[in-house]
Amino acid sequence: MATYHLTTPLSEEDVRQLKAGDVVYLSGVLYTARDAAHKRLVDLIEKGEELPFDLEGSVIYFVGPTPPKPGDPIGSAGPTTSYRMDSYSPTMLKHGSRGMIGKGKRNQAVKDACKEYGGVYFGATGGAGALLGKRIKSAEVIAYPELGPEAIRRLEVEEFPVTVINDTHGGDLYQMGREQFEVKS
Amino acid sequence: MREVAFDDVVNAVKNMIKTTATNLPEDTLKALEDAYEYEKSEVAKEVIKQLLENAKIAREEERPLCQDTGLAVFFVNVGEDVKVVGGTLKDAINKGTELGYTEGYLRASTCNCFSRANLKDEIGYNLPAVIHFDLVEGDKIEIEYAAKGGGSENVSRAKVLPPAAGKPGIIEFVKEVISDAGGNPCPPITVGVGIGGTFEKACISSKHALFRDVGTTNPNPELNELEQEILEEVNKLGIGAMGMGGTKTALAVHIEANPCHIASLPVSVNVQCHSSRHMHITI
Repeated sequence: MATYHLTTPLSEEDVRQLKAGDVVYLSGVLYTARDAAHKRLVDLIEKGEELPFDLEGSVIYFVGPTPPKPGDPIGSAGPTTSYRMDSYSPTMLKHGSRGMIGKGKRNQAVKDACKEYGGVYFGATGGAGALLGKRIKSAEVIAYPELGPEAIRRLEVEEFPVTVINDTHGGDLYQMGREQFEVKS
Repeated sequence: MREVAFDDVVNAVKNMIKTTATNLPEDTLKALEDAYEYEKSEVAKEVIKQLLENAKIAREEERPLCQDTGLAVFFVNVGEDVKVVGGTLKDAINKGTELGYTEGYLRASTCNCFSRANLKDEIGYNLPAVIHFDLVEGDKIEIEYAAKGGGSENVSRAKVLPPAAGKPGIIEFVKEVISDAGGNPCPPITVGVGIGGTFEKACISSKHALFRDVGTTNPNPELNELEQEILEEVNKLGIGAMGMGGTKTALAVHIEANPCHIASLPVSVNVQCHSSRHMHITI
């Protein structure tokens, strides 16, 4: 289990070195997207149209924050459950995205896409929205404001704490961790 | 007949919502501190440490503990000798909910179940609240509140078992639900189990079981024993905090049981994430 400090956009080399269980502190830019935004992005990719941000090396954060209090860039901002993005993530990885941040298990197609295209699925601590929100230094809605909490935001983060769940070598922390601590009766 | 002003109910509800969104209740905090001591996995310990730090930041800076500030769920016991004047009790609870969620900068999470469009402009900010009323003796209004997030609700399940399944069948079903859920409901969780009654009674009981202070002893010795047995079994699953592997998957199991039909054994499992935000007041 190693600790890394990485800055986005991530290179293929950045992500290929990571192993399930590693702790990573991310700095730079994250883009937020949940189900509704993913559907629109994948539609644009399939039509060959321009996306609202550059996918190359991007890290997508699955989050729908609370509204900011006056003077704050963002409210509480912890991860949402990731399986709802499973049908979209392989397309995103195929077109250059390198990382996803969420919580909860992914399907085999996402794990396979991580290996094939060089992408990593990071877990952030669900329910630590106040703590994670403080690592976000700026937030700007760049697409789909009509989706409210689900709009795409460009976030600038500093030392945003995440753990590698699925790496590019087929490693899966959820599976490994559970096998280690399961008591078979 | 005692009279209670509409606005007094509105303000009481509003304050409960704002308070619980940023202040993790003492019972939940204590359960997480105990979980930190109990946990054997270093990775899971680190997660619980973040949760405790998160609770401190939320309290001190009045930031919501989680971005999923839930749907507002209420159990309301209305005394038969009290009435609300200036409006209905139901309207007062909904108005208090809307004000609590807007003034607290909480998230509006209700949407149309088909179009998925947010209903904040059509019905009201994070409305409607989910309210379960009951009539009781006396001249008080007792309001129990919890903010219920989506992740833990999504893994909840109900099933009507054959009576012959008995306690072993109940234990197996709860284990199956929690095992399939893995890290999705944000463990360490509280497991609400409703047993008996009819199909919907079991579901409502499993929800109400989550309103009890986390880890308090069930006054019914038979249920207390079953709670401890299920807790031990669930913690053997190895899921751990946020599913990263560990010895503390559940903080507690809470059971509510009801008489049921001779032909059925309904069981419902309602899961609560580690951020058990609940409170109750009496007006």
